[in-house]
Parts: sequence; structure tokens; C-alpha cells
Amino acid sequence: MKPVLLIDFGSTYTKVTAVDVDNAVLLGTSSAYTTVATDINEGLDNALRSLRQETGITEYSESFAASSAAGGLRMIASGLVPELTAEAARCASLGAGAKVIKTYSFELTEDDAEEIVAYKPDILLLVGGTDGGNKECIINNARTLAAAGGDFPIVIAGNRNAAKECERILADRETHICENVMPKFGQLNIEPAQKQIRDIFLKRIILAKGLSKASELVSDILMPTPSAVMKAIDLLANGCDSISGIGELLAVDVGGATTDVYSVSDGHPKRPNTMVRGLSEPYIKRTVEGDIGMRYSIHGIVDACGIEEVSTRAGMTPERAQILVDKLSQNTEMLPSDEELASLDEALAGLAVKTAVTRHAGKLEETYTIMGVSYIQTGKDLTAVENLVVTGGSLIHTQNTAKIASCALYDPLEPTSLRPQRARILIDRKYIIASMGLLSEHYPGVALTIMKEELIEDGLAK
Amino acid sequence: MEKKTLVIGVIGADVHAVGNKILYHAFTDAGFEVINLGVMVSQEEFISAAIESNADAIVISSLYGQGELDCRGMREKCDEAGLKGILLYIGGNIVIGKQPFNEVEKRFKAMGFDRSFGPGTSPEEGIAALKKDLHMED
Repeated sequence: MKPVLLIDFGSTYTKVTAVDVDNAVLLGTSSAYTTVATDINEGLDNALRSLRQETGITEYSESFAASSAAGGLRMIASGLVPELTAEAARCASLGAGAKVIKTYSFELTEDDAEEIVAYKPDILLLVGGTDGGNKECIINNARTLAAAGGDFPIVIAGNRNAAKECERILADRETHICENVMPKFGQLNIEPAQKQIRDIFLKRIILAKGLSKASELVSDILMPTPSAVMKAIDLLANGCDSISGIGELLAVDVGGATTDVYSVSDGHPKRPNTMVRGLSEPYIKRTVEGDIGMRYSIHGIVDACGIEEVSTRAGMTPERAQILVDKLSQNTEMLPSDEELASLDEALAGLAVKTAVTRHAGKLEETYTIMGVSYIQTGKDLTAVENLVVTGGSLIHTQNTAKIASCALYDPLEPTSLRPQRARILIDRKYIIASMGLLSEHYPGVALTIMKEELIEDGLAK
Repeated sequence: MEKKTLVIGVIGADVHAVGNKILYHAFTDAGFEVINLGVMVSQEEFISAAIESNADAIVISSLYGQGELDCRGMREKCDEAGLKGILLYIGGNIVIGKQPFNEVEKRFKAMGFDRSFGPGTSPEEGIAALKKDLHMED
């Protein structure tokens, strides 16, 4: 037996997972409150103590960690046209596991720059222009940022013809030049910028956020938690060496503050007479809905769907639903202790899934041409995706997971939303996805075997 | 000399793809950097592409007769988006029915189009006009 420990320093919980890599089995999982304000090791020790009780293991041959503690990786994205380079910058940041505080487009004003400094981001991603294209905007933005001050590092990944000048303008700052996120019109090239963002995260941010104290115990802090999740779902979909993956998939993580959606799919049109518009889509795409969450962002769900929708689904009056929603937003630690709260939580979780997946998935627009009806597709067509992976407290601690998860699927009332038609639902009951992403850095085969074993199938939804 | 950049495409709900492909190859062979947006392109898409790529000209095609409607306000939107003075061309069957082309040309001139080209124009004519207007030496 070769036990390996995986740690996820989350914003609320520090989760630990023990794995035997020789036999590719999960040994146990446990969690405790994250203690980033005092000493992060306290929370880790608490979690490890209960893990030891479960597994009896005291020594690990290796240990790896991911972190989203202390706000995670907070980024600002700045580009030129909102739906082009600004969207590419946002996409690159989200794909690097960041929480995007705000995305700016066109020239930054002095007020914008002041606002950015006040946000105290961990990294700013500065882009704009295709290679050989517009230079004025990114150069102007570099000047505005230089004048505004602040000490966050800036990743320059815009028009390559303007990169050096931006670097000179920002000579007093930590800057990193990368390949353009949109080198040619409509073409997305986000990996180089993402790699740079991850390097900065490892070198700078872990130190700054008090996580380095944990480093005696941890062989390596590898990545922000969302990156680990992305690695895991990529592996699950595509497999590795000798083990096959399960194919294209959609994954949803409903949290207390945000709902994250991941898709592994090329998203090409499945319907004839369809033209694709807009920026090319990344094969592995992550979106984060900052206004959709079960506690801190509970009002966002109500704002998006309406209290009547919530109350109808929960089987109560709108007035009662509103009272409970307000109560839950005040008491974010509250768990569904009785039937009424459980049905409300279920209704909210379903709507969170539905809203977040609808925003993530592509859309179809019907248009009439002299050749008859044609369709214009923006975003990814996920209608043929047949695997739906769900995680997050509200989905894994209920027996009605399949019912909630099915809200992610195609709805005949919204035929233009390109969500999966039918899917096998896989539940991450033990909350291991992020850990398996970490494990996959060194033991991809083991991580995949464990995920295939532990992600429990919960029926087929249509 | 640095390549001049063109943004080309077929405007509106028009799906005529063949001429668009021919123009793409002709302009590329003539030494232009060509961003081809394909068919069914909106005014906004032309403008966004021209901003990001710092284009020298927008060359619009229209074959289905609705070009005049589709192009309304295009120059004003370019001005608004900071593309002041960008070269705007249009070509194809740009109006409905058989109308004297000099009148059509006049109307499009008033809409802010630098040049209009009627049916049957060869790509070479367009290329020669672009080279002249963009002060390119042969």
C-alpha cells in the first residue's frame, strides 16, 4: 500500500482525501472548517485527525494540495470589444481557475483604474487587439494602469505588436508577456496566458495568502481548486493511456456563493443549416455564476427565476418562500433540517442548476433567409452530451439528486437553449473530484479508476 | 510594406457564400490580410472585427436585394465606434429591381460608402480601387 494525501483548502471547508495509489482505491475522506485567518494548519489538523480515525493511516508517502481559500484567485480581465478580446480574457481567467471580479472593455477610464486598484485583484489580465491589429487601446490601458498604481502583477496577452511597449510603460510593475489570447480574429488561444496565471498563483499568491505555513506537510501546492476540478473532468471525459474516459460531459458544482459549470465538448452544431457565430469556444469550458448560490447568493436565484417559480416548485406560498429565503441568506450555515426547508433547498438547487447551465450552454436563433429557415448558433451545442456530473452540498446530501440534476437538461419550453437532451447522471457523493484532479498530476490512471468507481450513477434523465 | 487589412462578409440574412469565397481568395492573392466573416453578418460584427484588427477597409457584399436596408446607419455606427474615416465598400445586387447604377451609387455615397460596385464587377476592379484608395504602390 502506498497512501497519498490530497488536500483542498476551500473557502469554508478544508477537505482531505486519502488514496492508496498501489491498488487505486479511495481510503477515506474528511473535512473541517478552514482556518485561514489564524493558522491554516489548525483546520488541516482537525480534518486529518478525523481522517486518521476513519482510515488508521498516520503516514503518507506524498501529499498534494489545491486551494481556493482566502478568496481564491481573484482576477480582473481587460480587453477591447466586449464579445471578442474582453470575452477571451474572461474565458482565459475562468479557465485558469480564477474568480473574475470584473471584466472591462474598450479604454479604461481613470475611474475604472481607481476601481481596479480598490478591488485589490491578485492578477490583472491585459489584452486587446489581434496580432497586428489595434494597439491604441491596450497601450492606453497600460498607461492608465501605470498611473493608478497598485502592486498586483499584470499579464500582458494582447496584440503582440504592442506587448513590449506595454511592458515599458509598466516598467515599475511585475509584468509577464504571453501570446495573444486572440491572435487572429475569432481564434481563441488561451493556454499560454493560463499557464502564466498558474505560475504566478504558485509563486506569489500562495505565499501571500498564508498557505505557505502548510507547506511543511504538503509536498506541493499545485493549483487553484477550480483548475483541479477541470483537470479531473478532462481526465474523466477523455481518459488516459490505457484507460478510456466516459466521453463528452457536463459538470455542475452548486456552491453556497457561486455555481460553476464545466463542459468537455467541442460544442459543434448538431443541426443542419446552422451557422456558428462569435468567438471559437474552448473544448474545456468553465463558467462561474457569481450571483447563483445556495446561501450567500440565494437572492440571485430568486432574482433570476422569480419567487413564484421557487415557491411553486417547493410547494409553498410565495410569501412563505420569501421568508425562508431571507432567513437562509442571513444564516448561511443553516442546513435543511425539516421537510419544508428540504423542499425549498431542492427547488432552489434545481433552479440554480437550470440557470447556470442555461447561461453556460449555447443558444440557437432562428432566422429566415431566401434559402428557407436557418439557424445561428452562439456558444456550445451540448444537446448530444450524455454525461452529467453533479457535485456540491445541496446535490450530494439529498436522495433527489437526479430530479435536481435533470433541471440541467433540455426543456421543450426553451427550445433555443442547447442543453443536453438526455444524460446519465453521475453524483460525486464523497466530494472527491477536486482531489482526483490533484492526484491526476502524478497518478492519472489511479485518479480515473477511482472516479469511475466512486461517481455513482443515479439514473437517466430526459 | 505592412499588409493592409480588410474585413469582408455578406451582410444581413443573405446566405450567398460563393462570391464571398471568391473575393476572399482574390483579396488574399492580391496581398491583403483578409478577415472573412462569411455570410449573414451583422453591422456590429463587421465593426467589432474592424476594431480588433485595426482594419483599413470594410468590404460588404449583398446579393439578395436588401443591401440598402441592411447598410443603413453603417457609417454612423463606424463613427460611433471610433472607426472614423475607415474605407467602406459595398458590392453585389445591392438594391431591388433594375435601377440606374449611378443613382444607386449616389444613394450609397450619401449613406457614407466610399465606393459601390454593381452586379458583374470583377474582383480585379475592387482590388484596383482598394490599392488606389489605400495609397498602395503596385
